[in-house]
Amino acid sequence: MKKLLVGILGALFAMGAQAKLNVVATTPDLAAIAREIGSDKIDITTLAKATEDPHFVDAKPSFIVKLNRADVLIEGGAELEIGWLPALLNQARNPKLATGAPGRVEAATGVQLREIPATLDRSQGDIHAAGNPHYVVDPLNAKIVAQNIAAALALNDAKSAEFFQANLKKFNEAIDAKLVVWQAAFAPFKGAPVVAYHNSWLYFAERFGLKIDLFLEPKPGIPPTPTHLAEVIAQMREQKVRVVIVDPYLNRKTAETAARATGATVVDVAQFPGGLKGTEGGYIQLMDYLVNSLTQALGKPPTQ
Amino acid sequence: MPGGVEKIMKLKFLMSLSLALCVGTMNVHAQETNEVAELKRQLQVMQENFERSQREQRAQIESLTQKLNAVAQQQSAEAEQKKSVVQLAGEAASVTTSTPPANFSKDWSPSDPIRVSKGSSYADLSMVGTFAVGGSTASDIAGGTQLGGHDPNQRGFTVQGAELNLQGGVDPYFRGNANLAFLLNNGGETGVELEEAWLETVALPYNLQLRAGQILTDFGRINTQHPHTWGFVDVPLVNGRLLGEDGLRNPGARLSWLVPTPFYSELFFGVQNSQGGTAYSFRNDNGGEAFMDRLNGERGVSRFSDMLYSTRYATSFELTDNQTLLSGLSAVFGPNSSGGDTATQIYGADVYWKWKSPQAHGGFPFVSWQTEALLRRYQAGASTSVDLTGDNVPDFVPAEAVTDWGGYSQVLWGFKENWVAGVRGDFVTGSKADYERLYGPDIARATRWRISPNLTWYPSEFSKIRLQYNYDQRDRVGVDHSLWLQFEFLLGAHAAHKY
Repeated sequence: MKKLLVGILGALFAMGAQAKLNVVATTPDLAAIAREIGSDKIDITTLAKATEDPHFVDAKPSFIVKLNRADVLIEGGAELEIGWLPALLNQARNPKLATGAPGRVEAATGVQLREIPATLDRSQGDIHAAGNPHYVVDPLNAKIVAQNIAAALALNDAKSAEFFQANLKKFNEAIDAKLVVWQAAFAPFKGAPVVAYHNSWLYFAERFGLKIDLFLEPKPGIPPTPTHLAEVIAQMREQKVRVVIVDPYLNRKTAETAARATGATVVDVAQFPGGLKGTEGGYIQLMDYLVNSLTQALGKPPTQ
Repeated sequence: MPGGVEKIMKLKFLMSLSLALCVGTMNVHAQETNEVAELKRQLQVMQENFERSQREQRAQIESLTQKLNAVAQQQSAEAEQKKSVVQLAGEAASVTTSTPPANFSKDWSPSDPIRVSKGSSYADLSMVGTFAVGGSTASDIAGGTQLGGHDPNQRGFTVQGAELNLQGGVDPYFRGNANLAFLLNNGGETGVELEEAWLETVALPYNLQLRAGQILTDFGRINTQHPHTWGFVDVPLVNGRLLGEDGLRNPGARLSWLVPTPFYSELFFGVQNSQGGTAYSFRNDNGGEAFMDRLNGERGVSRFSDMLYSTRYATSFELTDNQTLLSGLSAVFGPNSSGGDTATQIYGADVYWKWKSPQAHGGFPFVSWQTEALLRRYQAGASTSVDLTGDNVPDFVPAEAVTDWGGYSQVLWGFKENWVAGVRGDFVTGSKADYERLYGPDIARATRWRISPNLTWYPSEFSKIRLQYNYDQRDRVGVDHSLWLQFEFLLGAHAAHKY
């Protein structure tokens, strides 16, 4: 019995003595960027699945345990996780993750958030008071997120600060190099209209000069209605829209209906690495994938 | 309805108290108060005006900037293409160098990002209004077919509740939460119920958390959930019968410990007052009406065992990536008012399983299964307080232990976005007691079962419309059919829900 106790205590101490920072990220995009910065100096856990709607993640009790043991929590902020994260944090009883504590990273800090509503009125749908929270798909915002993460990791593991800084530099350089390529790929399609299901591609559209302002859902969080779909289809014809994008968790059939009626192509997109096959490798691989599939579809001659 | 009378009394007391306070202060400081109030009002108006104009200016700046960008882009489209590589490099570099580090603060300027925070006031405020319309073949709906204080309770319309919730951080040590339910009884009188009002620690060591105030007892699953989060329009029979119409809640304190196991497991210990209608099976005078053929008297608190003690152990496992199991065992102990030394024990087991699609949108599709079983052992004291034979002489009832038990099981299927189909089965029964052998069966403890299919449509996350049918079979009463249409709205802060 004594031996067993000693063994258990020993194991607990060994766990406590582990040098790696225990990092929890709410969404897989933040986790992917954190992995670039933290590399083998952190253990990273992701809460939301890459394929699911990040607004509606279940506050599973197992997440309470993960948050209870975390040194650092990286959240998107801007109310993306408002429906599930607060309840988890209340139960996690981890002062390291309190608002304002060094372990709490709001990835949106420093990001110029767009579409901040002047008035809060839910007759306009489920709007976010802090602005549109789908900002990481703009590579320049990804750099801000990386910077925030590097700063936070350094605060929590000062010995590895230089390591994190070096990784940040590497990540930034990779993004800078890639951005030129991505931007060049989109150059022939400047101002091209693209239809989305939910308004989660604003920052992407602005960075790459696309026009994504037609949505299959009539208002944020309100499912498509036949009348609205008919209007969208009419608009698509008028604007000669060639591409409809759809996230893994959205109803692809609605997108297909709109595409069939107008001769447009449905393109699967994802905000999160791993949301589509072939994007598991991280942020840059995901962006490569998005740029390739979108430019291919935009360049395709119309089928109708 | 004894609970109703009590609520009205509470309301009257509250109203007279606040009135007395108001009158008292007015007499002393009438003029100063008026001046201060006027100044405060003016200040508030000015603040509001200032904030509005700030917002408008910000919006203007943004739209002008956009226009400017658009025009500039058009004009220099060609030139830009040639220069884009150079520009981008510059832009990228500037982002790298000029981005402020996390938690950096400086003077505000119009182009700055807006502060990202949870809520713009010190407390999140929300209100849920729940209503029902429908009817039943039963003539005894309130307290008969429907056992819950928030259930539809009459033919026609029922205000099931308008529940006000306030929550927020109190200071670096506590978090506060209050739930006030406004109810309208069959007589058209409004009552207020203090459902919950507590503070909770946020930084106790050793994974402990203490909650104190008016709290829902951590017993089973449905008891700690507010009615608007239930999958059905009414309370399960076993909860209504054993924990009372308002559920088990009372002033007290609760300590919980997140056990350091690799999976989720949590232990709860609660101490609460044991009296009143919200401690239904405990020190409850039952509004002066007979309970198990006995009139319950007043019973005071003279030792520690006169309090209500509860404990719960909950644990959860991820069965697969998309399936979660949460289960718990609960027990609650306390004295009851049927004698000077009588006690009640209630035990419960609960299990919740949920599958959610890995491609869930808005939380759909999903399938969930929830089951609870409860058992109550009620030590009833000897009594000679009620005339049970109709001869105007109170009759003797012997001391005995009475056992009741039952359960419910429900399945909810979110078959497409914003649509949920559900079915629930209820069963409740009890041992045949001595008082029943002597004076005839007690209908309030008779065997009963119920089947309730329902369909819910959520027009959005903030409203719902639900249709439910109850097939209700009560021994010695017969079969009743009830049909209820429930509608609900949520205003205010975005509520984050527990699992």
